[in-house]
Formats: sequence, C-alpha cells, structure tokens
Amino acid sequence: MGLSGLDIYKLLPKTNCRECGFATCLAFAMQLAKKAVSIDECPYLSSEAKAKLEAQAQPPIKLITIGQGETRLQVGNENVLFRHEEKFYHPPGIGFILEDNITDSEIKDRVEKINGLKFERIGQALEANLIAIRQNKDAKRFVDVVKIVSSNTLLGLVLMSDDTQGLKYALEVLKGKNPLIYHATKENSAGFAQLAKEYKVPLVAQADELEEASGLTVELAKQGVTDLIIEVSGKPMPERIWDLTQIRRLALKKSNRSLGYPSLVVIDKNDLYEEIQEAATYISKYAGIVLIKNIESWAVLSLLTLRQNIYTDPQKPLQIEPKLYPIGQVTDKSPVLITTNFSLSYYTVLGEVEASKIPSYIISVDTEGMSVLTAWAAEKFTPHKITETVNKFGVKGIVSHKHLVIPGYVAVISGELEDESGFKIIVGPKEAAGLPSFLKNLQYG
Amino acid sequence: MVLQLMTERWTGEVSAVTIGAAAKDGGTRAYSIKIGGEKSLPCLFKEGTLPNKPQVAFEVFDVAPNDWPNEVLKPYGKSVNDPLEWAQMCVQDFKARSLCIRLLGAHPDFGNKSSEEEAQLIKKLLEKVSVPLIILGSGDDAKDNLLLPAISEAAKGECCLIGPAVQDNYKTIVAAALADGHCVIAESPIDVNIAKQLNILISDMGLPLERVVINPTIGALGYGLEYAYSIMERARLAALSGDKTLASPFICFVGQEAWRAKESKIETLPEQGIIWEVLTATALIQAGADLLIMRHPKAIEKVNRYIDNLMTNDRTQSSK
Ligand code: SF4
Repeated sequence: MGLSGLDIYKLLPKTNCRECGFATCLAFAMQLAKKAVSIDECPYLSSEAKAKLEAQAQPPIKLITIGQGETRLQVGNENVLFRHEEKFYHPPGIGFILEDNITDSEIKDRVEKINGLKFERIGQALEANLIAIRQNKDAKRFVDVVKIVSSNTLLGLVLMSDDTQGLKYALEVLKGKNPLIYHATKENSAGFAQLAKEYKVPLVAQADELEEASGLTVELAKQGVTDLIIEVSGKPMPERIWDLTQIRRLALKKSNRSLGYPSLVVIDKNDLYEEIQEAATYISKYAGIVLIKNIESWAVLSLLTLRQNIYTDPQKPLQIEPKLYPIGQVTDKSPVLITTNFSLSYYTVLGEVEASKIPSYIISVDTEGMSVLTAWAAEKFTPHKITETVNKFGVKGIVSHKHLVIPGYVAVISGELEDESGFKIIVGPKEAAGLPSFLKNLQYG
Repeated sequence: MVLQLMTERWTGEVSAVTIGAAAKDGGTRAYSIKIGGEKSLPCLFKEGTLPNKPQVAFEVFDVAPNDWPNEVLKPYGKSVNDPLEWAQMCVQDFKARSLCIRLLGAHPDFGNKSSEEEAQLIKKLLEKVSVPLIILGSGDDAKDNLLLPAISEAAKGECCLIGPAVQDNYKTIVAAALADGHCVIAESPIDVNIAKQLNILISDMGLPLERVVINPTIGALGYGLEYAYSIMERARLAALSGDKTLASPFICFVGQEAWRAKESKIETLPEQGIIWEVLTATALIQAGADLLIMRHPKAIEKVNRYIDNLMTNDRTQSSK
C-alpha cells in the first residue's frame, strides 16, 4: 500500500540541507511515511517526486462528504477488510427513498417521521443520515418536492433523477447544501459531470458491472469529477457482496484508484424483513451508503444498532467515565451497585435501575472498558481496585448503610472485598435483568 | 481496460460435520443435515465452494421456559408445557429441519430432574420426531457430568450434536460422544485461543475434528455482537489458511441471546424482538455461522429465506 520511509527517501534530494527542519533527508522521509509532516516542507523536491508523493498521501478510499453542518455524512477512508485488523472508521450512511409522486402532506409526514429516527444506545446517538428523493414525474414536481423536503429536514439529500434539467433546478434550490447526485452512467456521464462540477457536489457513478464502473470513474475523473460514489447495480445479493468485496480489496491491496471510492447500494425489496436483512448484510460488507424504503422505527433501530456494533473500535471497547452515578432521587439509604466502566455493562445496569424506579447509586470501576467477567479474569476488578474506587468517591460519607451490591458473576470476591473495604457485601443477580426484583426485595440485614 | 480482480486462494477448509443418522447409517432419523465444509469466506462463491447452507434449529425446552418473553412463547401456546408436543409442533407446523433440546429441568435450581428421567424423555422424543437432534445439558457442570453420558447412551447411534464441552469440563462428554457415535459442541468464551486449545484437547481424546462444532459464545445485536463477529471472522480466516484446529463449523445460540435483549421485551413493539433475533442471525451468517439455534417461528422463517437468497441466487455457481 503506502510507501515506506526508505521508498520515500529515494525520492528526496539527499542533500541533508536541513531546511525542512530535520537533520537529514532520511529523518524527514520517516516522518513523511508516518504522515506526520507535509511534503511542502522540502523546497527542493522534483516535480516528479512531488507527484508521486502526493498520490501516495491520498487515502486509498476517498473520503466523500454529503450534506453540510452537523448532520453531514462522511464515508470512505477505510483501511482494512476485516474490522479486527484495525477498525472501520466511517459508519455507512443509512438513507430513505422518498417517491415524488405522493401528495405534499404525505411527503411532509414521511420527512417528519424520518427526522424522528433518532435513538440513544450505550451513550451514543444513533441517527439516520439521508433522504433520497426519486423523480417519477416531471421536473417541476421533482423540484417542488425537493423544496418541501429541504425546508423540513437537516439531513443530507440524494437527488435520484435522470433528468439533467430537473437536477439543475434542484441543485439551484439546494445551493450550499451539498446533496449527492444519483446517478451518472456511461451514457450520460458528460452531462452529469458538468452538473457535479458546476455545483461542486458529489456524484454516484453507476454501472452494471465492476469493470464498467471502474472505466466510468476514470472517465469522470478525466472530466475533473473525483468526489464519487460507486454503485454496481441490479445484481442478486451474493454477487453484490462479491462486487463490494472486490471494490474494497482492489482499492486497499492493489491501490486501484478507479475503485478508490465509497460504494452505494439501493435495496429494492418490498418485504420489510427482506429489505432490512439485505441492508444489514451490506452494512457488514463494505457499503458506504445504503438506501432503503421502510421507515418503521423498530426496524431502523435494529439497523442502526448493527451499524454501531460493526463500527465499534475492536481495540478500544466503548467506555464511560469511572464515577459514582446517582440515579433518580437518591438519599443516604439508597443502594450502591458496583459495575465496570465498560459502556455495555454500565448502560445495561442503568436501564434496569431506571426500570425498577428505585433510586440507586451506580459505581463504575475503571476496568479499562472490560466487562465484569473479563475484567475479573484480567485482575482489573479486584477487591483492592473496588475498595480504592469506593474510597475515592467517598461512598462512606454519602450513604449511611455501609452495604455494597456486587454483580453475581463475581460472588467469589465477596469475602475478600468485605475485609478490605469494611462494607457489607451483598451479591446481586448475575444478569442485570434480575435487578428490578432484586432491588425491590433488597434489605440490609 | 481489463479489470484485474483480486482472488484469494485458500489452502484450508472447514470440516464438514454431519448431524443425525438415518437408517443406512445405523440411526432412526429421516435424514441427516450437513454443516461446514466451506472453502471460502461467507458468500464468496468465486473463491471456493460453500457446499452446505447454514442450518436453523428450533429450540425446545424439557420444562416450560421461565424467562422467554410473551412474544416468543405465544406461537407455541400450551405446547411449551409438554416437550414432546412442542417438538412435534416445531416439526409439523413450522417445518423445523432440526431441533435443539435443552434439558434445563435437570438443573438443581429448575427442577433437578434425574438423569434417568431425562434419558427417557430423549428416547420418547426420538420416537416422536424424526429430525436430527442437538441436545444440551442443564448448564450445571456437576449435574451435566451425570446427565450427558446417560443422554448420550439413550440416543446411541443417532449421531446427535451434544454439549457443551468446556475447557475445564470436557472429558466426560467427549468420552460419551466417542462411545455412542455423537458430535460435540466445544464452547469457548469469545476467545480464539481457548477455542483452539479446546479443539486440540478434544481431538487428543480421539474424537475426530469432523465431529466437533465450535460455540464461540455470541452476544445479541447491541449486546456485544461484534465480539463474536470478529472472533468468528478470525477463526474462519485461520481455518481457510490451513489451521485445522480452528476449522470447525460454528453453532450460534441466537434465540437465547436475542430474546434477553431489552429491546425484545417491549410488549407494545412485538416485532422488535423478532427483528432483533433476525438481524443477530443475519450478521452472524455473514461472519460464518453454520448452525443457528433460534426461537421465534417468524424469525426462523425470515432467516431461512435469507439463507436461500444467499445460497441460490448466484449466477456464477453454474457457470463455474
Ligand atoms: S529540505 Fe529536503 S533536501 Fe533538505 S534536508 Fe529536508 S528533505 Fe532533505
């Protein structure tokens, strides 16, 4: 993939003139390889060397932005084929196709529902990203609908139309909003390239085969359009997975520039489950944007949750700040529950405590984001560590009852923890789901 | 310009495991199911054959489950109180191709049924239904060391998949499976190295790896799904690269995990639990799942259709 420090060194003047701020050309080359400095620091680079270095400084999959402001979507710039190798960086955009041949009030209604597709899970906001407006009638109707949608949402827009005239009007209306144009093909590439250039917006390059797609992006790049998203359309699921895999592999492993863009998938299924399952498949397998039709909130939540899972950093589990968290109207009689600072553990406990309606304190011990059992096995959730945490947050001065509740899975540490902390230890349920009934029956003996 | 594709050439393959013995193989099952045998990553047909579809088994308990949400109990009605009736319903009404029976009632906390009683139940079950069986112990190690050998003997020659065998408790069950001709579930806690280690221990006892299925221990959608997802991808990549000790098919307890999720228990949103189970299965199939143990008939129907779409829509299969 990228050039090594030595490869770069070969391209430098090798005079060690120090103008870049480094003692030697080699030292500068090493920093360049790490992308820690800019090539502009060396004034003596040949133009040929500069071109080479600039090309390699670009990420293998271009980062493309759609929309603007806080709700903008950025996709691309991925480095790996499997999430365990590093991580997946830019979660795919999930968007909803809106036909322009329904009534204005239906459109407003749907847009409002889409705007409301916002959830929170383990401390992260989960949101849908795009609304794609598909032209079914004349240019005028299309532009009218674009107006209605854009004045009712902050989400990024996708303009699905083959009609350059209609698109031009729509782009005029959406100036500054950076919508995505869908889509350029072999047949219409000149007109679409013109539009993308004139309005400085990203463009989908669509083809029926991978090879054709690669040819099309080369052609569009020649015309000066490189903010592209690739769609290889109309195939059954396993072939689409093959295409998406090839695009990712060729861009990353063979530095194929013509496929170095994010991919888009449109799912055309009427059955809700089929649609959601297919969308989930492409979210797992390299799609940059997935467009669907259903806006059923429970179905969308499941997709957004899957996206969150797949795009979690595998090296760094989601963590929360180790702290004493008061939940509800706590008093000095409220129970004190111990858990880890692994987000999933904490939020699961939190959800059950809230459901129980019994005000409680939750202490999250710093286990470096490990779950209860893993942390216990790795000696990050020891009696000593827990005692330290309990003392640090001054639990003795906050509650009067001198009891701590620990997760059922670490019942074995109760004795030692009791000795070390001076608190009485109550063993809680193994699963957080048992907390509501546990808390209701909790008595300090 | 001709586009040069990038094709992996794998040297290894996942072992193919057969569950269930028909008359010609000395059992009484109507047919057997085959899982595993992959020579490529999920869905990538062009790099190697994927001879066997992922299979879905319905989960049945020997006692009425105490922690299933209403939505997933409803389709089975009163039959959850009678394992034989329940099993038959899965096969007749919901067209189950295989069943997974969990002997929870033998657990000291949930009825403490005797091994003899459970062995009788398995015998009756084998008479009542003719699909291949997966049989799970009670979850209590001490009890299971008595229970599983008795079960194994009761089902002798039927080539069931029994388990779980875990790192510090595998000998009894592996010995029983060896003696009675069954396959074994090797369970490891989301850890490739333990999975590998356990497979080595099991094969050292003489059970061929063609009779082992790995349970990587999954989490549901939103509850740690990604850990198992990546463990399975890593193990499968190792298997395809030639590591025989990780080249076992995966069994995933999808229903058990998905119906514990908070999202699956909301009475006003009955379909949310179903889609939770469906998407947990979908993602794991993409990570290489071979046998999915599921609970809701509608979720199972959707997942079976998805598997068909994945495995039969490929135009290139025939031209290859
Ligand atoms: S400025 Fe250029 S030529 Fe001078 S030391 Fe740095 S890299 Fe070498």
